[in-house]
Amino acid sequence: MTRQAAPLSLTPADEKEAAVVIASAAAAGQTLGIVGGGTRSGLGRRSVADATLTSAKLKGISFYEPAELVLGARAGTPLREIEAALSENGQSLAFEPMDHRPLYGTIGDPTIGAIASANISGPRRIMVGAARDALLGVRLINGSGEIIKSGGRVMKNVTGLDLVKLVCGAYGTLGFLTEVVFKVLPKPERAATLLLEGLSDADAIAALSAALGSPYEPSGAAHLPAGVGQNASRTLVRVEGFSDSVDHRLEALRLLLAGWSSTEPIEGDASARIWTDIRDVRFLAEPSERTIWRLSTPPTKAPSVAASIVDELPDAKWLYDLGGGLIWLSVEAAGDAGAAVIRQTLSATSGNATLLRAPDEIRQAVPVFQPLAGPLMRLTEGIKRSFDPSSILEPGRMYAGL
Amino acid sequence: MGPLIAFPKPDAGVLGSRETIIAKLAELVPAGALVTSEDERRAYETDAFTAYRRLPLAVVLPQTTEEVSAILRFCHQDDVPVVARGAGTSLSGGAIPQEDAVVVSLARMSRIIEVDTKNRFARVEAGVTNLAISDAVGPDGFFYAPDPSSQLACTIAGNIAMNSGGAHCLKYGVTTNNLLGAKLVLIDGTVVEIGGEHLDSAGYDLLGLVCGSEGQLGIVTEAIVRILPRPEGARPVLLAFGSSEEAGAAVAAVIAAGIIPVALEFMDRRAIEICEAFVKAGYPTDAAAMLIVEVEGSEAEMEAELARIITIAEQHNVETVKESKSAMETAAIWKGRKAAFGATGRVADYICMDGTIPTGQLAHVLKRIDEIIEGHGLRVANVFHAGDGNLHPLILHNANDPGEFRRAELAGNDILRLCVEVGGCLTGEHGVGLEKRDLMSVQFTEADLRQQMRVKSVFDPEWLLNPAKVFPLEFRERGPTSVAAMA
Repeated sequence: MTRQAAPLSLTPADEKEAAVVIASAAAAGQTLGIVGGGTRSGLGRRSVADATLTSAKLKGISFYEPAELVLGARAGTPLREIEAALSENGQSLAFEPMDHRPLYGTIGDPTIGAIASANISGPRRIMVGAARDALLGVRLINGSGEIIKSGGRVMKNVTGLDLVKLVCGAYGTLGFLTEVVFKVLPKPERAATLLLEGLSDADAIAALSAALGSPYEPSGAAHLPAGVGQNASRTLVRVEGFSDSVDHRLEALRLLLAGWSSTEPIEGDASARIWTDIRDVRFLAEPSERTIWRLSTPPTKAPSVAASIVDELPDAKWLYDLGGGLIWLSVEAAGDAGAAVIRQTLSATSGNATLLRAPDEIRQAVPVFQPLAGPLMRLTEGIKRSFDPSSILEPGRMYAGL
Repeated sequence: MGPLIAFPKPDAGVLGSRETIIAKLAELVPAGALVTSEDERRAYETDAFTAYRRLPLAVVLPQTTEEVSAILRFCHQDDVPVVARGAGTSLSGGAIPQEDAVVVSLARMSRIIEVDTKNRFARVEAGVTNLAISDAVGPDGFFYAPDPSSQLACTIAGNIAMNSGGAHCLKYGVTTNNLLGAKLVLIDGTVVEIGGEHLDSAGYDLLGLVCGSEGQLGIVTEAIVRILPRPEGARPVLLAFGSSEEAGAAVAAVIAAGIIPVALEFMDRRAIEICEAFVKAGYPTDAAAMLIVEVEGSEAEMEAELARIITIAEQHNVETVKESKSAMETAAIWKGRKAAFGATGRVADYICMDGTIPTGQLAHVLKRIDEIIEGHGLRVANVFHAGDGNLHPLILHNANDPGEFRRAELAGNDILRLCVEVGGCLTGEHGVGLEKRDLMSVQFTEADLRQQMRVKSVFDPEWLLNPAKVFPLEFRERGPTSVAAMA
């Protein structure tokens, strides 16, 4: 899983220096791998570069205006530093970014830059959107060594092409992020989780769809099938807000889901813990040699997608988040790690599969990201060239040869 | 006095081939879907940015994605510029044509194809109006969240092109946050599907790029939008203050207290007076500034949240508190705000600006706007979305006086420069269009703009799509509006 030690590590002290470093690399045709905290290097394909460019010295919160719900930080700023600052003001990154360390067995400090670069979100994505929805602005160095900004620090901004969205989820292939600006939100006063036990996958997704189609604004909607974490299956619906409002919504949801019996709501730390475990896919993290896939699909299609896959891959284990819109799947790391079966199954519906954890040889042999239709691939190649004409940034990270 | 904003010189070759172009277009669409007479073309010569107009070469009204594809393929082959059009409600001139361009109107593609409440999406043809989606999913208890003021008329195609917002985006976000997928026709006629019925797409976020791209990258013919369950209830409170500073401080304090209202609207004294005179909403005309704050939820939830908000307002010397107690009172409170543009139009001609500022700069910016407007000898009414800092100063003037119109344009440009200067941007929800094209260098460096333009060129190498918009003409290297072509 770990990247081979690169012969050279470049650690620019500021944005200007980073621009010079990249411009020289472009002139010399030297390829660059981009590293933040190094906790997520298993994301994407394995990229082999001549040198490593790190954001280790680009640190610090550049501004934070709690009343404006906005925070800007240099890309290498540790996430925990940002979360601490937000927490002091009763705020947080509402999209609940996943921590990949449990899944990859990595150590180190995740950075805010990686959250933007890989569009990392969590269970609350179902209500407040993903990292890409909260990312208001970026500064980056493109592959020619030019400093580029897009977006800004205000909540509503439609000035020019939205390069922020392109860069978010581009895994460093379009530029080296130097600074990011996120929208933040107040931390809810209270969170509580309604638990339904013993539901089949199909019933669970039906219950979650009913909850998500109600006005009670669930901020989490997950299903852990039997055998995932415990013997009985667990269907979980989280509500958050001011305490009196949480009471009202729990009761309303309990009535709405009366066809399925629910237990006492899970509160406080216990509620927080289970959603962190779902966010970080801890239930499937072990055994660590197994392959992990991330599947996006329309929620109601999810149970039949999982059932079709397990028909072909009997030892598969899975859980659902985002009301069923996200399936986390664990399969044996053999052959193509189920790629053909999984993508064939998804081709019957709207959706895609990303290989999230696998040994290097599988990540090289199997397309990690869903292969794109011809015209979309041509646009992707064109966009890559428009940012990085010499193809020096994270070569091959997303697609072979790109 | 000539107009402030220049159009590129029309391509003489295209103008000269008008008859041929029309003949070829006639082969691609059914009879009645091609508008060629001068009278009928007049209806398409401008949009809601009415100070500028150009008669297009022809207008086509395709009914299918295949027809759009055939039209673009032809225009691409023959180097004919294309301007896409939804309902023509753009306030920034995004849909204004040019003499050598074919207008592709999506007005006849207005079907709702599929509503799926279990998976919470609607699949629609892009010419459907914004409100028609909410109407279609309303009986199931759902709605489509972005609500631009023009939602009765404006199309999803236009909303996607401009990444439109509305009064309720503080909670629900703008178009880009509520879009799941799109069918996009590229300039060479290729049809691509981006996104889908699911949440996360593979690869670069092309959907995010296309949303807000102002017709520069392709024509969206179908969209998959997220629909949301309607809240149990919604209730506004009207809060009037003796100064803009106090109103601004109250806004900041509400948000700092962990409350995100669904809407947080601000009106200044002149806007209050104009709206009250028109709709008799019961607004306090002696107030210097007024907020409409709306919350959602159950009766008990709304009551509790409004109580919190009113307590905070009291700490900021609120002078009048009008809490809605009924649907009628709710409608009355909103009536004036929603009629603000129409009411202003009765008093004078106006241009509507759309900059966004960091909300902490509110009081400073309002003071500076007054100074700028006075400096140009004009009047201004301010309505805006206070929660997100999106300003809509309405600059009043007499459009029949060319000198006065010019001063209004110049004052508007000064206000937008001010927005950028204090850390904001030129446009929060209306788009750059023609209106703000020449101000782009105020916000962006040349490197920033050239990066955007290279991305545009990936989709539209010959710069045929909506070519006079968004990017300052002096940077053009390619296409019919390049510096070389203009020389």
